[in-house]
Amino acid sequence: MPAPSVLMGAVAYDPKVVTIWEGFRAWLRGRGLDFDFVLYSHYERQVDDLVAGRIDAAWNSPLAWLRADRLATAGGGAVHALTMRDTDRDLTSVVVVRADSPVHRVEDLAGRLVGTGAVDSPQATLIPLGHLAAAGVQVDVRRFDVGVGLHGDHIGGERDAARALAAGEVDAACMIDANHLLFVQEGTLPPEGTRIVAQTGRYDHCNMTVREPASDGVRLFGDLLRGMSYADPQVRPLLDLEGLTAWQDGRTTGYAALAEAVDASGFYAPDGRVTAPDYRP
Amino acid sequence: MTADVEIDLGGLGFDRGAHLLVQRALAGLPPGGRVAVSGTDAALGVHLPAWCRSRGHRVEWPDPAHRSRLVAVVVRGTADDDRWFGAERAGPPLPAALHSRPPPRWGLGARGALLEAGGPEARFDLDDRDLVWADIAPTLYAQAAARQWDPQTAVPWDDTFALPADVEAAVVQVMTYLVENEQAALVVPARFIGRIHPHFREVVQLLAVQVADEARHMEVFSRRALLRGAELGTSSAGGRQSLFTLVAESDFALASFLLSVLGEGSFVDLLGFLVRHAPDPVTRRICWLAMQDERRHVVFGMAHLEHQATVDPLLRDRLRAAIHRRHDALADTAGLNADVFDALVVLAAGGWNPDDVAAGFAHVRALQQAMDQGRQRRLVRLGFRPDEAAALSALHTRNFM
Repeated sequence: MPAPSVLMGAVAYDPKVVTIWEGFRAWLRGRGLDFDFVLYSHYERQVDDLVAGRIDAAWNSPLAWLRADRLATAGGGAVHALTMRDTDRDLTSVVVVRADSPVHRVEDLAGRLVGTGAVDSPQATLIPLGHLAAAGVQVDVRRFDVGVGLHGDHIGGERDAARALAAGEVDAACMIDANHLLFVQEGTLPPEGTRIVAQTGRYDHCNMTVREPASDGVRLFGDLLRGMSYADPQVRPLLDLEGLTAWQDGRTTGYAALAEAVDASGFYAPDGRVTAPDYRP
Repeated sequence: MTADVEIDLGGLGFDRGAHLLVQRALAGLPPGGRVAVSGTDAALGVHLPAWCRSRGHRVEWPDPAHRSRLVAVVVRGTADDDRWFGAERAGPPLPAALHSRPPPRWGLGARGALLEAGGPEARFDLDDRDLVWADIAPTLYAQAAARQWDPQTAVPWDDTFALPADVEAAVVQVMTYLVENEQAALVVPARFIGRIHPHFREVVQLLAVQVADEARHMEVFSRRALLRGAELGTSSAGGRQSLFTLVAESDFALASFLLSVLGEGSFVDLLGFLVRHAPDPVTRRICWLAMQDERRHVVFGMAHLEHQATVDPLLRDRLRAAIHRRHDALADTAGLNADVFDALVVLAAGGWNPDDVAAGFAHVRALQQAMDQGRQRRLVRLGFRPDEAAALSALHTRNFM
């Protein structure tokens, strides 16, 4: 009987993706799973291929999860969140101004210029702009479209927005909570030079999206991922590169804010079609 | 909310090192231990959970209605402990009870450090204590480090001496010869430094200083050669061939033997000769400085080979074969550059009367005998019988080094 198999898609947002998944592949194959991966240059084709059955699993951004869910449902099927990183849970985004800014409350942002990440960044564009819209605050947006199609995995747009804030080119900038800390620590933002004027609710980030959770391959895949230990020196460097200390069960309760933002901005149609007019991954 | 430990960060934020205080509080607790974190930094509520997430710690939030400085309770995760699961010490910190064969996985970790499991298997092929180590290495290193001299200030470069042209030419010729020899003496240990397991770090340090010694020697001999003129002397093909056989030796024990025990040992005699017969204070001084360093090199070469000879009964066979091999390789070459030999005679003669030249010639012959006697003594210390030591010494390159 052939070994259970899984073919997974991953988006090559950084050269380290090859290191990570080649390392995981060797580890997974050593434990009885015939695992391989294919790399995509953006998330939309990866989602198309998952729903079309060309791959068994997709290491998906939250936006890619939403679209896969919508496409699959529209086609009468379903996708499932198999696992996620411990670091994918309960993130927040923040809207930041310069310390000397006259903006003190979120309402003060009305009519001001807000820098965001790329058009398809959940954390640095869609969710924080959705948060401002839900608060009834109308702002002008200057987007920093770096790595379009990578759903914000590329940090470049977020960092450019932070730089524009520091340079006085925008009144505020949107970023994920951890990147605010990173930008201050690395010097992109001056220490004590910024204030946080808004913080979104908690949301979840990536998940390992699968079509057939009951198949032998996918079940073994999930068990093996959850069994990866940070105490194992073979996988620890890979976990560090991928930014987690443990794989946890997938959950889909943390995507409501993104879904609302996607609907409000018309990024995807309810059936999963890409409808954002200025989105060319 | 309950907690095992409470800390107040005051106004300190994560942008200015607050993680150190949180980490310190967590360090004393088992996984699941709870630290209540209070503070007034405006970004603390954003940065604390972001930091915890990346470290595998969980965060619990206080009731928003509860007005206090409490920001959150951090629940210690397992990642910090997991990272050090299977960690091991890379041997003892001090050079007592060194490992006889330190494993490749210790790699570049400091000896005695706690090493996280994983990481590269570094290939340091000179990893046999008996081959590399000598107990005197730490002491010799300390001496070597303490006796480093500054070529600029240790030598009376500004002395106004003036030599007759032919004597100056003899000095330049000898300096030219010394530079090429020091070049070889630098390259040989340099090639081994990167192959020695860092577990034997005092040996690596000692050889590194030895390389630095040779670098200074090359500098001062070159500088003396050009002190009064613009040209160096000659370099013979046979001399370079002799040095090349030294550089080409890839076996650490054999290279140490040929370079330090035989070559530098003879070189110490040559430098002593030059100190005695130097016609000017600069030449005398630089030869004396170099001689002190070279003596140390010989002591280390002897020490680790003497140790190895006691544990490896076949070592002497290999040393014997190395001398024969080098002799055969050089059998068809001229040996010492005739210009060097003549220059040594001129320096020892101190004048151009036939009697002066005869005396100079006799001094150089005596130097060659002293070199031979020295080599024989060192060979006997390595366990060769006196008659065999005499025969082997006679096979040593005529190029001295």
